[in-house]
Amino acid sequence: MTSLPAPSTRKLGLVIDLDICVGCQACATSCKEWNTGGYSAPLSDHDPYGADPSGAWLNRVHSYEVGEGASGQTVHFPRSCLHCEEPDCVTVCPTGASFKRAEDGIVLVNPDTCIGCKLCSWACPYGAREYDHDDGVMKKCTLCVDRIYNETLAEEDRVPACVKACPTGARAFGDLGDPKSEVSKNVATRGGFSLLEEFGYKPVNRYLPPRPRRDGHSAPVNVPVEAIPAADNSVAEKLFAWADRVLSR
Amino acid sequence: MHPAYSVILFTTASGAGYGLLFWLSLGIQIGYFAGDRWQSLAMLVPALALITIGLLSSMLHLGHPERAHRAMSQWRSSWLSREGVAALSTYVPASLMGMIWLLEIDTNFLPALAILAAAGAMITVYCTGMIYASLRTIRHWNLGLVPLFYIAAAATTGALLFLLIQSIFARAPDWVAVTGVAAIAMAMIVKLIYWRTIDGNKGQYTAEMATGLGALGTVRPLDPPHTMPNFVMREMGYKVGRKHARKLRRVAVALAFILPLAMVLLALYSGWPQLPMLALATLSAAIGIVVERWLFFAEAEHVAMLYYGAARA
Ligand code: SF4
Ligand code: SF4
Repeated sequence: MTSLPAPSTRKLGLVIDLDICVGCQACATSCKEWNTGGYSAPLSDHDPYGADPSGAWLNRVHSYEVGEGASGQTVHFPRSCLHCEEPDCVTVCPTGASFKRAEDGIVLVNPDTCIGCKLCSWACPYGAREYDHDDGVMKKCTLCVDRIYNETLAEEDRVPACVKACPTGARAFGDLGDPKSEVSKNVATRGGFSLLEEFGYKPVNRYLPPRPRRDGHSAPVNVPVEAIPAADNSVAEKLFAWADRVLSR
Repeated sequence: MHPAYSVILFTTASGAGYGLLFWLSLGIQIGYFAGDRWQSLAMLVPALALITIGLLSSMLHLGHPERAHRAMSQWRSSWLSREGVAALSTYVPASLMGMIWLLEIDTNFLPALAILAAAGAMITVYCTGMIYASLRTIRHWNLGLVPLFYIAAAATTGALLFLLIQSIFARAPDWVAVTGVAAIAMAMIVKLIYWRTIDGNKGQYTAEMATGLGALGTVRPLDPPHTMPNFVMREMGYKVGRKHARKLRRVAVALAFILPLAMVLLALYSGWPQLPMLALATLSAAIGIVVERWLFFAEAEHVAMLYYGAARA
């Protein structure tokens, strides 16, 4: 069912510590390895060793430069589905293939009913869904739904593959709906935030900010607002201006 | 946004088909065809052909066309699903009308069927527009003007086809041509307002909001997560031709609106043969609307590009 379920009390998700992530890509490769054989299988690649490699990945690690001059710093930034509480990626789906689980809030795509229309990927502001051109269906982070409840795995392995793989411990998995959980407590003490809060999809995943630098160089700087270029004086512009004037009379 | 040719063909062809079906049904409503079934069929057949070509082309765009029937199921929440339901439903009154004319069935149901067909055509085109307008991630689309223009464009191309086919049988009466002129003028005005609106909106979201790192300063990409563009960049980050947008807008206005408008007026008042002028008007509008539709996609920017170097979206 594409309509959203009533909000669940369990909100499984990830907490990613941007202070200690070193951008090693271990989570991304481990995710690819598990999921190309798991729920999302296959995760097809095209021309993987050639000049124009591409393929479906469920986790992408960016590196950004933040701030200016001496207060500038590098922030490694893993990005995957945030398992939003009110995401349109679910409601736009015409088939019901894209759904949010009532019991734990995980957002999944049913690979047996997805028609590959790609509309859900258009509705995601986080770029978290990637289409699989060979499989003809949409792929996205499953929160390793086939690991976390998997009783054939040892108890300590019942976490998402990315969490298990991270060598620095920058990724944690837990119930963000429970204020007493480890992850929730960590979010509270470290000032964890969600991405693009303003957009209103209410992501479940949280990010922990880089800690202040010991040399005191991370004083906040003002973010310059990009100047909005003035309209040029072309014929088309004049035509639009004329239509606007006529219409606003 | 990447302009997929199948979707451009779908929205333009089925739009024209629904527009033609709409005007035909309206004509039947007011008793315009007065029993000339061949003339009615000569409009219905191309209308249904255009609609069907469009729908088939949109199905080819799917990863699993054989599962397309599933898209009817989520009409409670999804505009794409609603469009599918509306499109299929519209076939029912439209093909019944065709059967009545083909088999010369004597019935009083024709006006009722015509109302249903006209409403179905309108609703389907509205749903098509809403698929795009409902996406908050794309500020160029998330506007009430979008479904309005989809309807105006369908009305324009449909009216031109109506006039063209009509002129094969007899001179188009003035009031029909005036309707066409009004449709073209309305489409042009809506599109001009639309362009002004999107030009005035530089986007309310920033890379700093997207990463949540604004407190530390401006955010710029340093190392990309992949060496070559991925699906998200290819689909959502399409930039080709954006720098020609101004030129293409002028081409679209000239071909889709101004030339057809002049041709229809000439066909009406010059006293010259109408057919060639209306054929030229229709051809010009078809090319113009395709250019417009290409721009509708190519100019649209997606919020996810904030992660890939866009400063605002
Ligand atoms: S991050 Fe994107 S794909 Fe995941 S739930 Fe939110 S909107 Fe949907
Ligand atoms: S691509 Fe699949 S999951 Fe996404 S909206 Fe289309 S049918 Fe639904």
